[in-house]
Amino acid sequence: MEQTITVTVNGTAHTAEVEQRMLLVHFLRETLNLTGTHIGCDTSTCGCCTVHLDGETVLSCSLLAVQADGRAVRTVESLEQNGELHPIQKAFHENHGLQCGFCTPGMMMSALGVIEQHPGASDDEIREALEGNLCRCTGYQNIVASVRSAADEMARS
Amino acid sequence: MIPSTLEYTKATSLDEALAAVKAGARPLAGGMSLMPMMRLRLAAPGAVVDLGGVPELVGICEDGDEIAVGAMTTHRSVANDPLIRQHCHVVAQAAAGVGSMTIRNRGTIGGSLAHADPHGDLPAAILAAGGAVIVRGSGGERRIDVGDLITSYLTTSLAEDELITQVRLPKGAGQSAYAKFHRRAIDWSIVGVGVSIGANGVRAAAIGVGDRPMRLSAFESVLNGGGSLDDAIAQAGEGLSPLGDLDGSTEYKLHLVGVLAGQAHAEASSR
Ligand SMILES: Cc1cc2nc3c(=O)[nH]c(=O)nc-3n(C[C@H](O)[C@H](O)[C@H](O)COP(=O)(O)OP(=O)(O)OC[C@H]3O[C@@H](n4cnc5c(N)ncnc54)[C@H](O)[C@@H]3O)c2cc1C
Ligand code: FES
Ligand code: FES
Repeated sequence: MEQTITVTVNGTAHTAEVEQRMLLVHFLRETLNLTGTHIGCDTSTCGCCTVHLDGETVLSCSLLAVQADGRAVRTVESLEQNGELHPIQKAFHENHGLQCGFCTPGMMMSALGVIEQHPGASDDEIREALEGNLCRCTGYQNIVASVRSAADEMARS
Repeated sequence: MIPSTLEYTKATSLDEALAAVKAGARPLAGGMSLMPMMRLRLAAPGAVVDLGGVPELVGICEDGDEIAVGAMTTHRSVANDPLIRQHCHVVAQAAAGVGSMTIRNRGTIGGSLAHADPHGDLPAAILAAGGAVIVRGSGGERRIDVGDLITSYLTTSLAEDELITQVRLPKGAGQSAYAKFHRRAIDWSIVGVGVSIGANGVRAAAIGVGDRPMRLSAFESVLNGGGSLDDAIAQAGEGLSPLGDLDGSTEYKLHLVGVLAGQAHAEASSR
């Protein structure tokens, strides 16, 4: 079955006819060409596909695109504005928070989920917020340092 | 993978949801178990009905000597709810430990019970608290104790056209706590134990030691008979025969049951 949906992605409303079985992550990547959101598993385990749905972090691989009809999605592509990196992107760059970068979009969206609501988040709270994001490269230490630094920066500004 | 072809409807009332289920649609709650099963093609429902827009299924309120929790209430809301934290801490604590933040943002209490994973934390916690569910189907409404709801691996006593509408948690569960052991943050529990110490004595239930959440009757009877915690811990695994698998041997899991029952009991008593 096909269905016409309208999803606001990073502030822009997109209307498209999609198959009802289409996953939100495929809608983002293949219909809208927003390939920053990655797919790393079939078991809702890796967190690479994390986006915000109406302000809450969700796994875009575990939602149907039709479930986002009429709602607002925010992806990693929203972070950079006019060529200027977002503080979380700068922090990952400066703290060597990535190696291959595959997990990074999901990491940053999960991290923003906690620090935007709670800029004073402790390291433990940051680690808890990242529990659902797997990284095969970094050993997590520099990721937590990046998020810590971004949280501090965002609390200052 | 991509789920197989399906027809999706979003119910806007309980009656609509029940009609869809009666017509054969599979209920879709948080999707945190059903969606991965559909992606792996372990499940291929021809139709799903999204319960996410049914107002009757969300929310937490006091109702006499119980707390009524809508089936679609997320783990996150259960974990943070002041009423549940006060009266049924074991359930709030189990919900707070499910998977990760993104899983807790979507996964629901009703979905966890209906899915009946033998490693699911919520069923053990609710069984330890002495909770029940209200279900609705074409035969009307009925109440099922959680101990009678889950019958085996991924199997419940729900009829095909029945939906869980509410979870009922007793306000008299007393002091309670949940303890679990898993290897990495997001992993399912290898073994988990919920303990409540209420007016009617100690109740304890474990997951990971059978095909469904199991009451720890030997542990309960030692403590309710005035025995020591050490004796109760030593006997906690009595009558259980968990299968040895990649998570650990039978002996190891029986060891975990005792350790975790002791931890949960100590934490509940100190609360
Ligand atoms: C990576 C990962 C880690 C996890 N870790 C844990 C963990 O540590 N502990 C734990 O307990 N759980 C864990 N879970 C599972 C999580 O708790 C799920 O939320 C839960 O199993 C299913 O709830 P749901 O709302 O997502 O249901 P769904 O996935 O939407 O549905 C599950 C099943 O229940 C049926 N169903 C749903 N709602 C109803 C209803 N109201 N009435 C009748 N049938 C219904 C569906 O048709 C389906 O068969 C984990 C999941 C993942 C992906
Ligand atoms: S792709 Fe792995 S959790 Fe979504
Ligand atoms: S940087 Fe390679 S997976 Fe995280």
